[in-house]
Amino acid sequence: MLKLPIYLDYSATTPVDPRVAEKMIPYLVEKFGNPASRSHAFGWDAEAAVEEARLEVATLVNADPKEIVWTSGATESNNLALKGAAQFYAGKGKHLVTVKTEHKAVLDTCRELERLGFEVSYLDVMDNGLLDLAAFKAALRPDTSVVSVMLVNNEIGVIQPIAEIGEICRARGIVFHVDAAQATGKVVIDLATMKVDLMSFSAHKTYGPKGIGALYVRRKPRVRLAAQMHGGGHERGFRSGTLATHQIVGMGEAFRLARLEMGAENERIRMLRDRLLKGLSDIEHVYVNGDLEQRVPHNLNISFAYVEGESLLMAVKDLAVSSGSACTSASLEPSYVLRALGREDELAHSSIRFTLGRFTTEEEIDYASRLLHDKIARLRELSPLWEMVQEGVDLSTVQWAAH
Amino acid sequence: MSYSVKVLDHYENPRNVGSFGKEEEGVATGMVGAPACGDVMKLQIKVGKGGVIEDAKFKTYGCGSAIASSSLVTEWVKGKTVEQALGIKNTQIAEELALPPVKIHCSILAEDAIKAAVADYKKKHADQVVG
Repeated sequence: MLKLPIYLDYSATTPVDPRVAEKMIPYLVEKFGNPASRSHAFGWDAEAAVEEARLEVATLVNADPKEIVWTSGATESNNLALKGAAQFYAGKGKHLVTVKTEHKAVLDTCRELERLGFEVSYLDVMDNGLLDLAAFKAALRPDTSVVSVMLVNNEIGVIQPIAEIGEICRARGIVFHVDAAQATGKVVIDLATMKVDLMSFSAHKTYGPKGIGALYVRRKPRVRLAAQMHGGGHERGFRSGTLATHQIVGMGEAFRLARLEMGAENERIRMLRDRLLKGLSDIEHVYVNGDLEQRVPHNLNISFAYVEGESLLMAVKDLAVSSGSACTSASLEPSYVLRALGREDELAHSSIRFTLGRFTTEEEIDYASRLLHDKIARLRELSPLWEMVQEGVDLSTVQWAAH
Repeated sequence: MSYSVKVLDHYENPRNVGSFGKEEEGVATGMVGAPACGDVMKLQIKVGKGGVIEDAKFKTYGCGSAIASSSLVTEWVKGKTVEQALGIKNTQIAEELALPPVKIHCSILAEDAIKAAVADYKKKHADQVVG
């Protein structure tokens, strides 16, 4: 039977796969050793488990296990990568380049670097959400030391041209960081061919536990970082702190499953996403946000014109989805990502992000599609804007009474 | 965001949704708000002899509290004279619906909608309105 509410927010987080949870549990109870303990079997067992997991994370992205540094998650990885590289290479230059649609973990870290005396360029995207490579090249300067561009956008699911950006950066000796939190298990990542120097990973977006992530740090050519967490010199000095063995084991198993299953899984999810899109496309005035081709199959971000965002979320409370607006405050604040696409505020307000995943079913998609048909029709019946549009009024010509 | 029982009731079962023909006798319209702000309310009143509001209808683009505020005022204005309707204050609407502070603007907009509709009525019937 269909269980409500239906979870369609896999880009916020994913459930831990039961196979992952099962593999983690022994490392909490019997196999509790500290992987840094070198003098007894408890430590050796834990260390072996950590290294096995490191190999799995590296294998998913075709890297060397020695290039993987454990962190608490993608936010910490982004902080370590950007602050660490900016500080280490400050002698080369103090200019960074990133994109307006990056995750807050990158944007806010860049703001902090600005406070510390660095200069950051925040690039616009095209109206399909993708970075314009010509504009990107034009933004690079002789003193540009670090570039950060995400692989898959968390709100609209578009895939940035990372391989091309990597070539441009490498040719100029610029350190290139990629936030891949939303990408693992969704797109093929080959770090042997992609010229990426630093890449951030998260476990909990890929059916692993929360609180664990990793940073890929390239060895050839070698990339250096100024450590941000000091202590016992764990992780070759990149990140001190006792390793969370059970979390690491979980991330390793989650990434192993992603490697084995992503081919078939992505096809199934693409079929479901297309089914949802088809189901919704006969509603008038719906707009897909972000490029539909250069996009992971898991994401559908749609604006429903002439329906207000908060009432839309109230109407679809049987669906666990994210909205394009942060509507708990009095002044509605549309998503900065949708704004960067040039969407007018009204469409940004009335957008819903559907993100599908491993446990999404056809029955759930059909339910969601029917529900949205009913509710959009009802809210439009209530909407004076919809009525005016039906009467042929061009809303942009209306003189609205400001309030 | 959690909503009061009354807001949810008006949101789920809005009263008097719809529109009157613009040319209908005694119909006046108040449209307030702006799409960019996230709220637009259209309130229509149908005024009979003696300036009594016989019927009211609304359409609202906005959050649940905005829909509930406008639905509520369609109930409240019915049977009142236009002058009595002007006496409805946003604080009464906010109190009836138990609106949280961040949603007070919805009740203000509903009060403004009444004022706008009455102003439209007076403009159309300037010759008939006495003192």
